[in-house]
Amino acid sequence: MKSVGKHRGAGRLLTGLVFLFLYLPIIVLVIFSFNSSKSRKVWSGFTFEWYKELFSDQMILNSFYITILVAVLAAVIATIAGTFAAIGFFNMKKRPRGILLAINNLPVINADIITGVSMMLLFVSARSLFRFDLGFGTLLIAHITFNIPYVILSVMPKLYQLDNNLFEAAQDLGASWFQAFSKVILPEIRPGIINGLLIAFTMSLDDFVISYFTAGSQIQTLSMTIYSMARKRISPEINALSTILFGTVLILLLVVNIREIRQEKKLKKSSGKLLNPLD
Amino acid sequence: MKRFLSIPYIVWMAIFVVAPIILVVVYALTSGSGSFTFENFAHMENFLSVFIRSMIMALIATAICILIGYPLAYALACEGPRLQKIFIMLIMLPMWMNFLLRTYAWMSILENTGLINSLLSALGLPTVNMINTQGAVVLGMVYNYLPFMVLPIYSVMVRIEPSVVEAAQDLGANSFKVFLRIIFPLSLPGVLSGITMVFVPSVSTFIISRLLGGGKSLLLGDLIEMQFLGSAYNPHLGSAISLIMMVIIIACMMVMNRFGEGEERAVML
Repeated sequence: MKSVGKHRGAGRLLTGLVFLFLYLPIIVLVIFSFNSSKSRKVWSGFTFEWYKELFSDQMILNSFYITILVAVLAAVIATIAGTFAAIGFFNMKKRPRGILLAINNLPVINADIITGVSMMLLFVSARSLFRFDLGFGTLLIAHITFNIPYVILSVMPKLYQLDNNLFEAAQDLGASWFQAFSKVILPEIRPGIINGLLIAFTMSLDDFVISYFTAGSQIQTLSMTIYSMARKRISPEINALSTILFGTVLILLLVVNIREIRQEKKLKKSSGKLLNPLD
Repeated sequence: MKRFLSIPYIVWMAIFVVAPIILVVVYALTSGSGSFTFENFAHMENFLSVFIRSMIMALIATAICILIGYPLAYALACEGPRLQKIFIMLIMLPMWMNFLLRTYAWMSILENTGLINSLLSALGLPTVNMINTQGAVVLGMVYNYLPFMVLPIYSVMVRIEPSVVEAAQDLGANSFKVFLRIIFPLSLPGVLSGITMVFVPSVSTFIISRLLGGGKSLLLGDLIEMQFLGSAYNPHLGSAISLIMMVIIIACMMVMNRFGEGEERAVML
């Protein structure tokens, strides 16, 4: 889109101010991860102390491990299940597909707290029936359940773009059902699948509310540990861990983007396409 | 035959999406002993102030997000492709830092002895009480959910064909008219999507109000959390409140969908 020249300055100013607003708390967090006292307001000197202590704090490391494990498992399982479900939905008649997609969207539209408490009610009601306890299993089920809709929502548009005859053409040329699927359909919808995987992973990593209601009292994700600390005082070790995570993501994004820019230059082709990692 | 690929997920949805919501309805309509009752809804007027406060604060946060997010999305869509890419990345990057932690960081900034007040007193200005106010809670909502307003508006704006704008200009429309007649109507689905994505989490939050509001101004989310995991344990009452909140949200969305004609899902991702 083109803009009238005189507005550009105002646009840049607004962009700058919003970025200052978005990054101010993050800058504060990063700076105070190097603070030599436990204060989160008064600067007392530079230290790496919290980074050292972080790697000997079992509670934080353990909750970090659970967070990553749940996010990876839930994202992978949801991506596989969601892709198959999307293909199934796509081949249905319009009416049942509409109804199923509406149900599929429920966890996306619903407030997190409602998804959380409703699943908690289910687990608590079924607990005595099947003799299990709220814990890693229920946490994983909850994460898979809220991840699958995002996978379906990102795979579906790719299926609509697909040429209907492609699958039959492959079969006519002697491919088995499985070959036609894995050699023809899968490569075509791969961007949607990868996109879905990334969204699912991010959603799991960032979730607090649904985990809080479904994880029970035995295990904690990182968000839950932070929440229980926030009532008293958050240890600067958490600042250190977040700084490491944030730095890692920042570096990854920079590497990916620099590579893309180089490739673009090679191709000497610039397009106005939106190229963000989640699109 | 490929249709059957979705059967496992249909079963999964029935157990983990539909059944839990039915359970909320069942809990809302039964008493502790399991008998049918409307008792849980009988004293809902006690919570009327919480409902109203939550709605108003979420509406204010949503309005502020539109006021900041819309011009920002417009400004971003006007930039060159490379800058656009960098800016969008910068908007999404904060989401990779735990949101509880980012909200917690606002405590250090807003507190009476926090960064802003230290700065003010260093300049010889009187300090301002900001933490534990409703303003701080709204600020937390805007801070956490602003990207959800900017991204959908931006993604519809970049899809507007430049030729449409040029055609309007060729036909004599000035830039204000182009905006009013072309850009604004075409960007509306993004705005509607943004409104839902900001309003729903704002109206149901309990973390932001607890960290930045000091638990002073109780919101719907706090009320529900207290009934399930908190001091006022009563899942039946909690379910009744959840059910009403769910109905309000769905009603709001149906009204909005009338304007958006169901386009909003397309821009969400």
